[in-house]
Amino acid sequence: MELTVGPAQFFWSAETWSEFYTDLTQAPVDRVVVGELVCSKRLPFYQDRIPEALSRLADAGKDVALTSLALVTLKRERKLTAELIEMGVTIEINDLTTLAYLPKNTKFSVGPLVNVYNEGTLRWLASCGAQRVCLPPELPIASVEALAKVSAELDLAVEVWGHGRLPLAISGRCYHARLHGRTKDNCQFACEDDPDGLDVQTRDGRPFLAMNGVQTLSDTYACTDHQIEKLRAAGVGALRLSPQSRGFTQLCGLYRQRIDQNLAQGELAREVQSGDANIRLSDGFLTGACGADWTGADGQRS
Amino acid sequence: MVMEIVCPAGTPAALRAAVKAGAHTVYCGFNDETNARNFPGLNFNRTELRDGVNFAHQHGAKVLVAINTFPRAGDEGIWHRAINDAEICGADAVILADLGLLDHASRNHPALRRHLSVQAAAANADVINFYAETFGVKRVVLPRVLSVPEIAAINTETDVETEVFVFGGLCVMAEGRCSLSSYATGLSPNMNGVCSPASHVDYTEDHGVLDARLGGYLIHRVDKGEPAPYPTLCKGCFSAGEKTGHLFEDPVSLNAEKLIPQLQKAGVTALKIEGRQRSKSYVAQVVRNFRAAVDALDAGRPLPEGMLARLSEGQAMTTGAYKKTWR
Repeated sequence: MELTVGPAQFFWSAETWSEFYTDLTQAPVDRVVVGELVCSKRLPFYQDRIPEALSRLADAGKDVALTSLALVTLKRERKLTAELIEMGVTIEINDLTTLAYLPKNTKFSVGPLVNVYNEGTLRWLASCGAQRVCLPPELPIASVEALAKVSAELDLAVEVWGHGRLPLAISGRCYHARLHGRTKDNCQFACEDDPDGLDVQTRDGRPFLAMNGVQTLSDTYACTDHQIEKLRAAGVGALRLSPQSRGFTQLCGLYRQRIDQNLAQGELAREVQSGDANIRLSDGFLTGACGADWTGADGQRS
Repeated sequence: MVMEIVCPAGTPAALRAAVKAGAHTVYCGFNDETNARNFPGLNFNRTELRDGVNFAHQHGAKVLVAINTFPRAGDEGIWHRAINDAEICGADAVILADLGLLDHASRNHPALRRHLSVQAAAANADVINFYAETFGVKRVVLPRVLSVPEIAAINTETDVETEVFVFGGLCVMAEGRCSLSSYATGLSPNMNGVCSPASHVDYTEDHGVLDARLGGYLIHRVDKGEPAPYPTLCKGCFSAGEKTGHLFEDPVSLNAEKLIPQLQKAGVTALKIEGRQRSKSYVAQVVRNFRAAVDALDAGRPLPEGMLARLSEGQAMTTGAYKKTWR
């Protein structure tokens, strides 16, 4: 089983961004997806650093890919998306728009924000040139098993959301801007103060969601510690780890140990939560009654 | 040309009421998980659909069948049969969102007209044209993330007809790309055809305070006697940083009646009314009003004023993303 690092979902300063990818060259991961997923307004701040990050990661032996935006509406965003292919690396489509721009017979990857719920969709994407698909985090284990089975016939690698706050929704509206009484066009980059998203609580103080500009994430960090054996048996080829601002290289190390069976089931989650007691975990989309459920804790979701 | 009014029908009675009230087109779904309004007691069995189509056709109206959830792996047959049966029943088009289903329909039912559901969230002309070229899609229901000028720009770049929501429930998130509901309840629009399902709603009252919860999460808290909105996730009251309020959206519904002339200028073909879960009298009244509005527009008369305020059940109204400042 391999490890893929998904695109950084949050707005980090250019320096932080570069340091993150420099550190990743040393992390025990197989593949890194770079680029802006959430908001095109962030891109000018670090866009010129992307080529160097890609080549450093490639020099360190990582497969690299470049993500598309999750929601393409503006003319500027269409142009950006059409130009992705010029970077000369594999493109990960996270909005179907990207497919309209890829020359015929281009091989590509499919990210978790494209709706791949069934065999028909998987077959159609494979016929278009998809070689790797990270399934939507919402899928239950039965769907993962069914799709992984078909992927073997299609010579296509299937990946599952392994760790990190779950991307639950994308909108035309910027919630960070709204919180500050601004509109999206005049957001003044309110999201840059929250390098892992801004916690959203219910009125009785229960952690629930996290806002990240136009994106809404889960409060919990999805964690596949208790799912790895099932996913491996199903034929899932890789776990996707989603970047966070602190302790990410160590997190990659923990998953590597867990996959290599040098860490017992449950130990990974314990390590993650001992590093930060305020981190709540979930794996409910795979095996729970709802996405927020967590196998590993009695009473975390009381 | 008169703009087409596309009306919801959750039941055969609502379909007949909508047609009699002047609907050009009615949309509905089968009574199972293949459509995005999979509520108990709602929707059509095969016989009802066939009879409904016959009734509509006799009155010069069309029927669209929404098969717009994303088929579950291993069970695609249920969705394939829905498309097949819609064609047999004489439906004028099917409304689809799933790529695998679009591919299936275009290969196996080429004569059945295909509309792209709002659940596909096709938000620019390039992807709309891609759907048209790849799957023969003739009409797209635009996601509620676009402003009127953006809709106008899309129409200059595509031959695909555009249909936009003008009245009813309002998604704040890009449709078909939201799993908030399944995160909290296990049931989602994409997989189960429901959002913030009533089965997971719980109201409790304590010391004159009414709490509305969904999946155990507190969504609204109001004093007794205040209106208690239904606990739809994205319209709840939450806290972040120093602020408490409706962080995503207020408990509002969409009303774009005043924008009808602008939408027509923007090249929009059809105006869609949300609400297959609504009563037949509600549907009939909304339809009559919107039909009167587009007929007035076509005849060069002014639009009737504030015609629908009464129907919003005291809820605040918004024009949503059609005005750019909504973002």
